[in-house]
This record gives sequence, structure tokens and C-alpha cells, in this order.
Amino acid sequence: MSEISAEQVAHLANLARIALTDEEIQHLTTELGQIMQAVEKVSEVATPDVPPTSHPIPLRNVMRDDVVGDTVLTTEQALAGAPEHDDTRFVVSAILGEEQ
Amino acid sequence: MARAALMDFDEALERFDPVIGLEVHVELNTTTKMFSSAPNPANSAFHGAEPNTLITPVCLGLPGSLPVVNGTAVRYSISLGLALGCEIAPSSRFARKNYFYPDLAKNYQISQYDEPIAFDGSVEVELENGRTFTVPIERAHMEEDAGKLTHVGGSTGRIQGAEYSLVDYNRAGVPLVEIVTRPIEGAGADAPALARAYVSTIRDIVLSLGISEARMERGNLRCDANVSLRPRGEQKYGTRTETKNVNSMRSIERAVRYEIQRQAAILAGGGTITQETRHWHEDTGTTSAGRPKSDADDYRYFPEPDLLPVEPTAELIDELRAALPEPPAARRRRLKGEWGFTDLEFQDVVNGGLLVEVAETVAAGASPAAARKWWTGELTRVANARETDAASLASPAQVAELAALVDEGVLTDRLARQVLEGVAAGEGSPREIVEARGLAVVSDDGALIAAIDDALASQPDVLAKIRDGKVQAAGAVIGAVMKAMQGKADAARVRELVLERAQG
Repeated sequence: MSEISAEQVAHLANLARIALTDEEIQHLTTELGQIMQAVEKVSEVATPDVPPTSHPIPLRNVMRDDVVGDTVLTTEQALAGAPEHDDTRFVVSAILGEEQ
Repeated sequence: MARAALMDFDEALERFDPVIGLEVHVELNTTTKMFSSAPNPANSAFHGAEPNTLITPVCLGLPGSLPVVNGTAVRYSISLGLALGCEIAPSSRFARKNYFYPDLAKNYQISQYDEPIAFDGSVEVELENGRTFTVPIERAHMEEDAGKLTHVGGSTGRIQGAEYSLVDYNRAGVPLVEIVTRPIEGAGADAPALARAYVSTIRDIVLSLGISEARMERGNLRCDANVSLRPRGEQKYGTRTETKNVNSMRSIERAVRYEIQRQAAILAGGGTITQETRHWHEDTGTTSAGRPKSDADDYRYFPEPDLLPVEPTAELIDELRAALPEPPAARRRRLKGEWGFTDLEFQDVVNGGLLVEVAETVAAGASPAAARKWWTGELTRVANARETDAASLASPAQVAELAALVDEGVLTDRLARQVLEGVAAGEGSPREIVEARGLAVVSDDGALIAAIDDALASQPDVLAKIRDGKVQAAGAVIGAVMKAMQGKADAARVRELVLERAQG
């Protein structure tokens, strides 16, 4: 279970769109394996009667009213941090993949 | 690209049993987005806004921004779940679906994964041929829509060959409910029609709930169609494809039919179906291969740490259940009976998307026949010419008032069409327009007789023919009188008077 293969690391790198050399993949395979082992210790104490926790604070149903707020950006503000734009939209380089 | 080989549809159905699954995305028409207080472009008040004007830092995933759930979107989702006959989860959570594509700036979409808000429902669907199906619903979950990309450069404007892409994040974060059916078996040759009727039923449901504008041409309602074939008699499902980008009722039916024919040809030739997404091309009526379908694992779903669980109270669920409108299939059956329409007349109304309009016009006092006539006739004609919806031209109350004016003899059909033109132009109510434009029928016989005598005097040959018993010759005189009265006369009354005066 704690074993992670070089193929899995390469696959994850591809999903994350990170280019890795073979050396880096080897290095990360060892490191991720160790991290997996460390995390696995949790399952030793997390017996089936312990409910999974996705949030440390026991709150629920925190919702807002359906009213337009005062943080709506102008187009200028929205584009201010963009490396490239055409004054109305963000410009991104040609996309090889497809929408999900 | 070579055109795919297709097997004849009837032959395909003889050899294979189609199984379909449908995913429908519904954009909710809340005032604001799912997790941000930005205006929601799926609400008609904000439709057509300039690019990147309906966004907050949350929509862009800027550092330090945090999502907060829109309470109204949750209520709408629960209502929809209940209308689909689903169980509502006492506790449901959001999850991150991770992928890298610039339609969302965060590199993940907030969705629901293993804990959807609604699950295990069913919807009754009636086909145009009268056959009824119960479509099993697996789940309905809440998520956010993605932004819009425009690919620039290359010869086709499509992704392939694009030099760069422009991104508008107005749609990013629009509240969506994704409704997923279980595999639908046993439809046979009705599978394409069932797919269409199902989406049409979902549209009726969300419209009657008032939770979406449900305009397919605007993307308020979108359908992905999964199709697989198995040899007749086989239990095990075949490999499926998922056809995306199907954006009209008509293309849903065509896309399912096309996939059945395409897959049948491959299987019959000894080939195998590749599990993949396929793109629907409205212009050619074909699908083409997209990407291979990712495993859910590749999305690395995990619970969204920035949001808390949604736990609707039993009281809230009861309140929303009590407020549900009559289910569309039952409503249609009831209205068809009450109105006394033929199948054809009723289909005309339903297929024109005018059921609500006709029902409200009848409720406002018009006869069902008159309501149907004006909505599917003149208003639809004008709407088609203007490339808009008939519903946007007049209100049911205005149409009912128009029908009353015709009944009272104030307007002829011809004058009524002119009044409708005024209504569509926003000139006021039909009575106001009759007044302002002076369109009422001249019911004063004295004025008519004067015009008739003039016309007869100027056409002595016609007068002679009428006196000889050639009554059809009166048409020329009637035409002249109607012209003199600027159309504001009842032609039947004019005819009576013409014959009377000719004899005199």
C-alpha cells in the first residue's frame, strides 16, 4: 500500500503538468514513498468507528444570502495581475488539452 | 478526417440493444454565483454582460479569497432533487475536482463527489408516440460552472491549430446542478426520442420550479449523452462513449441516433469501441473523437477544506417539498384533458415550449383555443422572424385581453394582429393600443352603408352581376369597403350589408 512506483510519480507529474527528469522522478519516488508510510500510521489508529474528518471545526451550514456583494471587480482590476490580456479578456497560450 | 461508417438504424436495432445514460447540467438563475457574491450571468438580469465584469476575487481564485455557499442555490438544488423524486442527503459535502485547464483559474472545480445533495430518484417521461418511461436518477449534485474560452488563430477557430485563447471568467462560478441518470435500458428504437423527451422533461421541471432560465441556446441547460451497445440477448453493457456539446433538443435525439449507427457499424465489422468523449457537430450531424475518458482517480478528488458540510433540516426539506409544483407529466395530461385539444394541437403547444404561456392565458380568461391560436400562430411567427421567444413578446394577461376584444367584436383577427404588433413593441395593453391607434372595428352600420353605396356606385358591372345572382362577385365590393374602412370592419357584416344594399 505504501509502495509508490516511478510510473505513478510520472503519471502524477503529468496530471500536475510538471516536467520531471528521470533523476527527479527517482528522487520523488523515494520521498513520496516515505511520506506515504508516515501518513499510513494514521490508519493504525483510525479504526472503522472513527468517522473521517474533513474539517477540524464542527461547523455546518455556513451560507450567505443571495445578494450581490461589494467585491465585484472592474475588468481593469480583474486583468491587473494577468501576464497578458487584450483589455477585456485573459490571453493564454494555445491549449493542447481539452476542457473537462 | 474520413467520415465514419454508419449502419442503417433499423438494422442496428435488430442486432444491438442500446443503453443510454444522460448527464444534464442546469445553470441556476440565482442572483449571485455559487460560492461568490458576483452577479450570476445565468440570471437574465445579467445576461450578455461584457467579458470579465461579473467577477470577484473568489471567481479568479485570487490568494486570500474564500468561497461561501449561496443559501438560495442550496434551496433550489434541494427543490430540484425533490422534484426528481430523490432522497436528500442529511449531510453533504463539496469536493475539489483537480484539473489543469484555464476555464477555471483555481486549477480545480468545486463539485460534489461521494456525498451529493440528492440521490436515488426517478422521473416519468412521456414520448411523443405516447410511450411512457421511468428514468432512474442516480444523483443530482451541486457544482460551479467554468469560464468561457475563445480560441484564436488557426484556420478553423477550434482548439486544434489555435495560436492563443481568450478567457472570460463571467461564467466561472455560476451555480450548476448536474443530474446523472442510471443506465437506461429497454428503450430500443425509442432511445433517441427518449433522450430528447427526458431533457425536455427536465426543462419543464426546472421551469415550473422557477430555478433556471433553461434556455439551451444560452447554455442554461446542457446535455452529455452516454451511449453503448450490446448484442441482443447480452446482459453485460458494451463500452460507452460520451457525446458532449449537445445544445438543442433536436440535436440530443440526432446525436444518440448517430452514435447508435456509428457504434453498430464498428461492432459489426469486428472492431471495438474506444471509451472516449466525442464532440457533436451541429452543422454536419456527426460526432468526432475527443479525449480518452479520464479515470475519476485522475481528478484526485478530495474534500474541499474551505467549505463546511451542508446539512438541511427536516423542516426545510418538508417546507420545500410542500411547495413543489405538480409534476410535468401529470400536468400535461391534466391540461390536455381540460383543454380538449387533439394530440396534434397539444404537441404544437408543447413543442413550441408554450405550455406555461397557454395555461396562464387560459387562467386569465381566454378560451384554450384562442390562447393556443395566438401563441402558436402570430406570436410564434413574429418571434421566429425576430429570432426570439414568443414569451418575450407578450404576457399571458395581454393575450387574454386581446382574445376578449376579439370575442366582444371590437377587433377582427386582422386588427388583432396589428394590436399584437403594438403589444410586442411595448405600446401598452391591447385596450390601450386599440384606443391609441384607433383600431376598433367600425360597428356603426350607417358608416358601413355609406361606404358600400359608394363602392356599388363606382362598380356598376359588379352590382349587375350580384343582381344576376352571382353572389361571389360581391368580393370586389367587400374589398373596396374594407379598404375604405382601413380594415376596421367586420368582413362578414360588410358582406351581409353589401348583398342587402345590392338588392335595394
